[in-house]
Order: sequence, then C-alpha cells, then structure tokens
Amino acid sequence: MSNTKNNLESMSGLQDKGRRRFVLGASAMLALAALPFPKNAFAKAISESLTQLSGKVFDLSIDYKTVNFTGKSARATVVNQVLPAPILRWKEGETVTLRVKNNLDEDSSIHWHGIILPTEMDGVPGLSFDGIKPGETFEYQFKVQQNGTYWYHSHSGFQEQTGVYGPIIIDPAEPDPVVYDREYVVMLSDWSDTPPEKIYANLKKQSTYYNYSERTVSDLFTDIRKHGLINTWKARAMWNDMRMSDRDISDVTGAAYTFLMNGKTPEQGWSALFKQGEKVRLRFINAAAMTIFDVRIPGLKMTVVATDGQNVQPVEVDEFRMGVAETYDVIVEPEEGNAYCIFAQNIDRTGFTTGNLTSAAHLVAAVPSMDPAPILGHGDMGMSMEGMDHGDMDHGAMGHGSMDHGAVAQAEMDHGSMDHEAMSHGEVDHGSMDHGSMAMGAPVLGLAGFGSTAEIKHADAEYGPHIDMRADAPQNGLHDPGIGLRNHQAEYNRKVLTYADLKGLHPTYDKRQPSREIQLHLTGNMHRYMWSINGVRFEDAEPLVLEYGERVRFTLVNDTMMTHPMHLHGMWSDLETGDPDFIPRKHTVIVQPGSTISYLVTADAIGKWAYHCHLLYHMPGMFLKIVVR
Amino acid sequence: MKNINLKGFKLSLIAALLMSGATQAGGGDDPLLTKVMLDEVERGLDSNDPTSFKLQAWVGKDLNKLWLKSRGDYQNSDDKELEIQALYSRAIAPYWDAQMGIRVDLEPSPSRNWAVLGIQGLAPYFFEIDAALFIGEEGRTAMRVTAEYEMLLTQKLILSPEVKMNLYGKNDAVLGIGSGLSDISAGLRLRYEIKREFAPYIGVEWARKFGNTAEFARNEGKKVEGTQVVIGLKAWF
Repeated sequence: MSNTKNNLESMSGLQDKGRRRFVLGASAMLALAALPFPKNAFAKAISESLTQLSGKVFDLSIDYKTVNFTGKSARATVVNQVLPAPILRWKEGETVTLRVKNNLDEDSSIHWHGIILPTEMDGVPGLSFDGIKPGETFEYQFKVQQNGTYWYHSHSGFQEQTGVYGPIIIDPAEPDPVVYDREYVVMLSDWSDTPPEKIYANLKKQSTYYNYSERTVSDLFTDIRKHGLINTWKARAMWNDMRMSDRDISDVTGAAYTFLMNGKTPEQGWSALFKQGEKVRLRFINAAAMTIFDVRIPGLKMTVVATDGQNVQPVEVDEFRMGVAETYDVIVEPEEGNAYCIFAQNIDRTGFTTGNLTSAAHLVAAVPSMDPAPILGHGDMGMSMEGMDHGDMDHGAMGHGSMDHGAVAQAEMDHGSMDHEAMSHGEVDHGSMDHGSMAMGAPVLGLAGFGSTAEIKHADAEYGPHIDMRADAPQNGLHDPGIGLRNHQAEYNRKVLTYADLKGLHPTYDKRQPSREIQLHLTGNMHRYMWSINGVRFEDAEPLVLEYGERVRFTLVNDTMMTHPMHLHGMWSDLETGDPDFIPRKHTVIVQPGSTISYLVTADAIGKWAYHCHLLYHMPGMFLKIVVR
Repeated sequence: MKNINLKGFKLSLIAALLMSGATQAGGGDDPLLTKVMLDEVERGLDSNDPTSFKLQAWVGKDLNKLWLKSRGDYQNSDDKELEIQALYSRAIAPYWDAQMGIRVDLEPSPSRNWAVLGIQGLAPYFFEIDAALFIGEEGRTAMRVTAEYEMLLTQKLILSPEVKMNLYGKNDAVLGIGSGLSDISAGLRLRYEIKREFAPYIGVEWARKFGNTAEFARNEGKKVEGTQVVIGLKAWF
C-alpha cells in the first residue's frame, strides 16, 4: 500500500501534501470546471450511445419496448425509449424537478441512488410513497446537495433487471478537484431474455440452476493426484458436511445474462475516443441486477478518484471490483495511436462486457481472456482456518501485508472482539483499549475510523431451516480484494483496489465517535434460496430505529458465502478504512463472504429509509426498513 | 418388479398440470410456486421389462408445501403397481423437510391405504434422502428409504446412483408381501441435461426380493431377482 501511495505522490508531483490534499494539476482544474463535457465533435458523435438530458426540469416516461440483445426479441422496460435510461446531468445547488410518467400496466417508481434528499422523494414504494400507478405521473422535486457520479433505477418489482436504470452526473458547484479533459460514463449491466420473475422462480426451485461451473469428477481426480486421497478427503470434508459448493459464486451467471456496457453487447461493442495527451475520466456505474464486475483496462493504470460519487484520495490501480450499485470514477491517460480494451468480467468468470477506448475509430483493442473462476476457501465461510487443510485455499488471500490470517482466525476465536487491523497499524492509542475488559466480554466500542471491536453474536432467529450457515470467525473484509482477485498482484502483477485503499479526499465530515454499534448479520439459505437480515426477512422484520442526529456504527457480518453489496438509502455509509481523519463516504458497501465490514452513519435525515442487498433477487428478503425519528 | 397403470399416470399428470396454474400469486420474497418433477419415466430394453415412472410435484412457499408423490410400473394387466401420496411438507432444518399425509396403493388389487410420516432432504455428503414410515389398516406398517447421489462427469452429463429399500411389519399374503426386509433395488442412471429441465438418460436397474416376500414370489413362480437396462427421461418444470 505504501508503495502505491508513493507512486501516486510522485505522479502528481505533490510529495507531502499529496496524501491529504490531493489535486491533479491545479491549472487544468479551472479549465475543466468550465468545460464539464467535451465540446469536441468527434467525442460527441461517439458518445451518442447514451442520451443525455440536462437542466432543471426533466420529463421521463417509463414504457415497454421490444429489444434484441441476444438474437431474440424480448420485452424490456425503458425510460424515454432508451436502454440504459438517459444520463441526467444536474448541477450541485440547483433544485431539480423530475416528472416521471408510468406507462406500464403495473406500478413503477424511480429511486435516485445515492442522492441525499427528503424521504418522500426517495422513490421506494411502501416507504417513501405509494409508487406510481399505471398511467400516472409523479413529480419529484429536491435540491441537489452533492456532486459526482450516481444513477437512478426503478424500485418496483424486478423492473431494474429489464432496463429501468440510467446514469446521473452532478457537476460540482465549486471547481472540481478532479482534473480531466474528457469524460465518459461506463454503465455496466446484465440482460436476460428470461423474465425476472421466472429467474427468481428457477432459483427457488433449483438454486444451482444457472451454475455450470460446479465441481466435476475430473476435478476430484485432479485433486487426488495433486494432494493425495487423504488430503483431498479432508479438504472436501467441510464442504460435503455443510452441503455447500465451493463453486457457488454467482446465483445468476453468464448462462442467463448477456453483459452490457452502455447498453451494448460485447459483439456490438461500445467505443470511445480520446486525443493525444488527454486525461480521460471514466465514470463506471454497476447497474446490473445480479452481477458483480471486475474491471481493468490492460495497458493502462487507472487512478481511482471517486467512489459512489464521493471524491477519494487518488489511488492508482490495475483492477477493481464493483459491487452492484457501486460507482467508481477513474482517470486514465491513454497514449495516442493506441486502442485499449475496457474489460469487465463478471465475478464467476462466465461472461464479460467490453468497450474500446481508442485514439482512432479504426483501432480496436484486443479483448483479453477471462481469469480463472474463483473457488471459495474455508475463510470465505467465516470459519477459523486453524487446523483446516489449506490444500484448497487461495493462498493469495493470506498475503495481505503482514497479517497472518491463521493467527487472526485463532485470535478471533479466543477473544472475539479485537480489531487486528487497527492494532497492527500501530496508529491506535493502545492505552485506550482495555484488553482486560475485552477479555471479560465488556462492551467496548472501537474508535471511529477503525471499525468494530465488538464480539460476533448470532441472534436466536439465526437458527432454523431458513439459515444454512453462521460465520463464527469472520475475517475483516477491509484488506481483502475479494474472491478471485486475491492473487492477482503476485500472479499477474496487477494491483487490485481494496476498501483499505479508500481515503476520503475531504476530511471526515462528522468526527464524533459512534455512540452505539448495530451488528447486522446477512443471512440466508442458499439451497432454499431464502435471504434475510439477522435471520428475519423483510416482511417479518421490525424497523431499525435511529435517533435523529446520532452517530452510529453499522457492523455487517456476512453469514453467507455470497458477496453482498449493501445499500443504505438517505444517509451516507462512512466506511471505516483505517484513517479517522479521512473517512470515505459510500452509498453501497460490499460485504465479502464470511467477513465483516463496519461503517459509521450519521442519522441526519428524518424519515423512512430502505436498507438492502442490491442483488435484485436477494433484495425482497434481505431488506430492512430504517426509521430516523 | 412393478407395473404401471396408464390411466392413473395420466390422471396424476393432469392433476399436476392443473396445480401449476397457481404459480402467479405473489410478490414479496416468498411467492407461491409450483414444481412438477418427472424424476423417472423409463422402459426396459427387453420386451418383458416393465415401463415405470416416478413423479413428484409440489405447490407452496419456502417453508411449507403440499407434495404429491406418485410411482408406478406396468408389465401387463395382471402385473402392475400404482401408488400416490399426498403430503404436507414443512421445513424443519436447513436441508430437511418433515412430511405427513396419506398414501394410497391403487394397484395391485386390493388397494391399501396408509398414513405417512416421512423426512426428505439432503444429508451430509450430498445424499438425497427420502425416508418414510407408513401405517396402514389392520396393523400393517411399512418403511421405505431411498437414497440418491449425483456425480457430475461434466456440467451436463450426470451419473446418478440410487438405492431403495422397502420393509414391512407383517405379511400381506394377498399381495405377496412378507414381513421384514422385502426388497432392495439399486439403479445407476446416466443423464444428459439438454437443458436443466430436460434430460434423457440410459441406466441399469437391479432389484431383488428378500425373506417372506421372496418366498411368496417363488411360490407363484415369479422371479426373485432381476436386472434390466433402461432408457428414460427426467424432466421438470
């Protein structure tokens, strides 16, 4: 990590201040603020694949439309006849009015994802309002209080999967600290001709329906040849005993999905132009229903400058993972005479989507092949790795700096509550942590910025036919690039972004310590395809009440083997990445399998808010109503 | 071995089809769904081999379902079997459902009625288990255990061994059933999933009668043990 930081600082030419007050070239900054979108005709022509609307008043209509992404016609739901929906370009500080007409024969809605606004404008049927009835128009109006890259989508039924999603770009009121000469939205999504209700039913009837990457007999023989019969038996024992598959990565795979970039299939190809010497800002948005993407541009370093619309201290990476609903803004500096492939492979490597970033229309970059499919290890099940056979494990996972995961798991088993991250950095005042009382089980809140030190506790509701696993020794997900990405530095020399790399560009907005901590367990039964929070599905769950103005910590414990992107409406999720002074703000946070992650929330928005997994088919159950009063 | 009643087979198929119309209720995380599984419909390659089927269907939600299970064989008009179970199924553990209801043996004649108490689910090491206790009239009891496993040779080519055994509490001489372990059958089927819901297969099935049941069979001049090669279809929707 320190290496990267140095690289960045030398790149920017800001040696010391670089880490805290980062600007990429101050002179270009002003020029850019005046030119929010490329005026270049060339660029305009090519960016026409996405429609853009700007101003203060917007008329949007949601309709059915016949589309063809696979060679077969299918019915989509679209906004203003385009898929993705038009880019909405707003200006920070202005009040926008959005008149949304529903021409479907069922209720619809639009949720402005990541936008801070009054609760009744949030667009969640049942919480914010009643939804938009067929034939009716709902007028949204709110003041835009932020800037950056966001998106919007339907929050009704499964309409999001069939096309009701589009980008939002908010230009900053102040000069943009991020400097660039040209920008493109890169919206990633997944399309299936199978109606979403049918996909959901298929998963309920056979949870492995879309998984064609299961272990086969030949894998077994390969393992026996490599590790011997006894070691193979031992390595398989846990999976066999738990009746789980180490190849269970995505619920819905490339077997069902065609992956899109700005509404184009890999065959159609989305293309974008740049000119000599330009810094290009790519605004990545994961608008998929169920697909987590891993993004890279072979031959180009990407400098991450923002996530979820919020600026972060620039960090240079080769690859990053995007949970569903997350956004990342990166700056790239492509070289004249070259073409580069923007490559987004899905998490289980059953499909990808690509774009061509090129200096001339006739230059087309080669598309790389996908990486090997990830295989889950014991650690991904939140199990102590002590005494386990490591034969099957991804040892790259253990290479995070100086951490010894075996020891961590052991320690968490013993003490249950120590924050190894915070402690290993030596940045914490150890005197303030009372080890004696921790061992006694007395509640101690971890310091703001460093995450939870609380004991992992499973609620009574987490036991029963609806729950198939509980992580008893979850790992800290902060430094983990995630399944399938862990060994990329060693194997391919690709630096993969982790959440630990994210530090806010702006100093922490609310520096208070959390007054309490809420531990939420992401739970489910994969086999029955049931999802819940703390063992209770949305329909049966009591709302979670926050007092207006309080600063609380949310600690998420992933008691499943799936990667869940958790989205909090209405308020920021201040991700605790190890620096209390520069806590980055996010709206959607990935919780790795069998892992924990913590963030702080300032309850500064009265009202009823949705909190849920953004995987579309997890959402109906893995959903909690939050009330701020 | 067993026999089939084609009329009964059709009736249960129709019943299952009618039930599938109920899928559209809904919303929330737990819609009312229907699944109809034609686990086996197969024919022996030898002209004397029976035609047999095994069909299951459920309608319900995540944790509570109504199950219909039916199986039958048809060799000739004198040698046939048809059984139907209607069960209420409730999830009791992450991988297990408890099931209770009724079983009616329509063929052979005279028919028999049973109360059913069973458990169905996935055991460690991925064995699919269906075990049930049957309590009939006149003090009759029976037990059946079925275990099945799936080996993926490739993602679509699947080898599936299956073992089934029947036990009875007392003789039922009219039907040629003896007390104790009555019969064991073991099958090995190799299917190819053209799509998830549609997989033709070839297989081999061995069956043997034991104890008093074997004795009854010998007395009637019937075979006690047999092996047949089958072709069939596994499908669901």
